[in-house]
Amino acid sequence: MTKLTLSRSIFWTTIAFLFLPLVVLMIFSFNDGRTMVWKGFSWRWYESLFTNQPRLWMAVSNTLIVAFTASTVATVIGTLGAIAINWYRFKAKTYVRAMSFLPLILPEIIIGVSLLIFFRMLGLELNLFTIILAHISFTIPFVLLMVMARLGEFDYSIIEAARDLGANENQTLTKVILPISVPGILAGFITAFTLSLEDFVVTFFVTGSGSDTLPIFIYNQIKRKLPPEINAFSVVLVGVTVLILFLARRSIKYFVQRS
Amino acid sequence: MKSRSGSLYSLPLTTWISLFFLVPMLIVFVYSFLARETGGGVRWEFDLSAYAEIFRQTASGSFIYLDIVGYTLIMAVSATLLTILIALPCAYYIARSKNNTLLLFLVIIPFWVNFMIRIYAWVAILGQSGILNESLLAMGVLKEPIQFLFNDYAVLVVLVYTNLPFAILPLFTTIEKFDFGLLEAARDLGASHNRSLWSVLLPNIRGGLVTAVLFTFIPIFGTFAVPDVMGNSNVFMLGQLITSKLKFTGDYPMACSLSVLILLLSAAGLVVYTVYNNRQEQQHQVVIAEDEL
Repeated sequence: MTKLTLSRSIFWTTIAFLFLPLVVLMIFSFNDGRTMVWKGFSWRWYESLFTNQPRLWMAVSNTLIVAFTASTVATVIGTLGAIAINWYRFKAKTYVRAMSFLPLILPEIIIGVSLLIFFRMLGLELNLFTIILAHISFTIPFVLLMVMARLGEFDYSIIEAARDLGANENQTLTKVILPISVPGILAGFITAFTLSLEDFVVTFFVTGSGSDTLPIFIYNQIKRKLPPEINAFSVVLVGVTVLILFLARRSIKYFVQRS
Repeated sequence: MKSRSGSLYSLPLTTWISLFFLVPMLIVFVYSFLARETGGGVRWEFDLSAYAEIFRQTASGSFIYLDIVGYTLIMAVSATLLTILIALPCAYYIARSKNNTLLLFLVIIPFWVNFMIRIYAWVAILGQSGILNESLLAMGVLKEPIQFLFNDYAVLVVLVYTNLPFAILPLFTTIEKFDFGLLEAARDLGASHNRSLWSVLLPNIRGGLVTAVLFTFIPIFGTFAVPDVMGNSNVFMLGQLITSKLKFTGDYPMACSLSVLILLLSAAGLVVYTVYNNRQEQQHQVVIAEDEL
C-alpha cells in the first residue's frame, strides 16, 4: 500500500490556500466596519450594495450584455465551424484548424494588443461594441473545442444513414447533426459566457471610457480604495454562480439522456 | 459529402478568424518593423530601431529591455515550478482518492469568484491594514504593520494561486490513467517508495507534465494584472511593459516588437510540445504494433 499521508496533507493545505480569500471575503462582508478589523456582525453592506452602488451595477450590466451577445455569436460561428471541420471537406481546412486554436495557447495579452491596434487602425471608437468583437474572437476556439469533442463521439455513418433515408442537406443539419450536438453546444456556450464574464486582459486593451465591465471597474477601484460593498458583492456572485452552474448541469444531463 | 455545405458552414468561422486573428497579428508584425510617430502611431518607413532598442545597452552597461525579459523569465519559471510542485501531489492525491469528482470540485469552486475580486481579496489579506497585519498586531507578534504587498513574493503567491487549477487538471487526467499496479511491481522488485515514484510514475505522466507546464508558463509569461496590482512598481514584467508602451506612451513599434518576442517564445514552446507529443504517439504506435505481432 502506498503512503498518501504527504500528498494528503499537501492537498488539504492547498485547498485551504485556495479557499482563504473566499472565506475572508465572506466573513468581512458581514463586518460592521469599513476596514479589515472586525467590528461586529451587520447586514449593512448587503443593503447598501443594492442601493448605493450604481456604478458597480452599471458595470455588471455591461458585463452581462457583453457576455450574452459575445457568447451567442461565438456559439453560432463555432458550432457551424465545428460541424464543417468534423464532417465536411472544404478548402483551407488546415488553415482554419491551425488558426482557430492559436488563441488557446497564446498569452491573452497578444490578442489584446493586436485587436487594439487593429481597431485603432480602422478608426473604430472603443466601446462595448469593440469589447464584444474581441470577446467573440477569443471565445470561438473554446466553443469549437467543446462542439468538436461532442461530434467526435459519433460516427460519420449517422449522416450517411440520414442521407440514405432521403434527408436533404437542411434536414440532415436540423434533424440529425444539431440535435446530437446540443450538449456540446451548451457546454461551449457556458464556457464562452464564463470566460467573457471573467476576462480582464483583453477587455483592458479594447475598452473605452464609460464602457467598464466588472473586472475593469474593480481594477480601477483597487488602485484607490475599494468600497466595502465589494465583499458582499462577491458573496452574492458566488451564490448566483453556484445556482446557475447547478441549473446548467441539470439541463446538460437532461439533453444527454434524451439524445 | 458535398463540399458546398462544408464551405458554407465554415464560412463565418474562416472569415472571423482571418479578420480578427490573422490580420491583427500581421499588422502587429508589420508595425514592429516601422518607425515610431511621435504622439502615437507609426510612420510607414522600414525601421529596425524597435528591435535594436530591445538589445540596446546603456552607457552603464545594463540592458533595459533584456533585463525586463530576464526578470519576466525568472518570475515565470519560479511561479511555474512552484505551481507544478504543489499541483503534482494534489493531482496524485485526487487521482488515488475514491471521491475524485468531489475533490476536483473543491479545486474549482474558488475560481467561480471573478478573477479581479480574487486579486482584491489578496490585497485585503496582505495589505498594510489587511487581515494578516491586523491579526499579527493583535497577537502581539508585530508592533508595526509590515507591507506584505508590492514585492516579488506577493506576485509569486498570487500567480501560483491563479494558475494552480490549470496545472492540477491536466496532471490529474494523466495520473488517473496511470496503472498503479506498476508502482507495486517496482516496490516488489525492491525499489523504495520515493524511487518508484521518481522512476516509474514520473516518466509515465510526462505528457501531462508538459501540458501543465505550458498551461501555466505561457499565461504567466504574458501576465499583466497581477504584477501591476501586487508588484513592486519599480520593476516591470513584460506584460506591463507592453501595456505601458501601447496605452500610455503610444510607442506602437516597441509594443509590437515586444509582442512578436512573446509570440516567438510561445511558438517555440509549442513546437517543442508538438514534436514531443508526436514522438510519444509514434512510440505508442510501435508498442501497439509489437503487441499485434
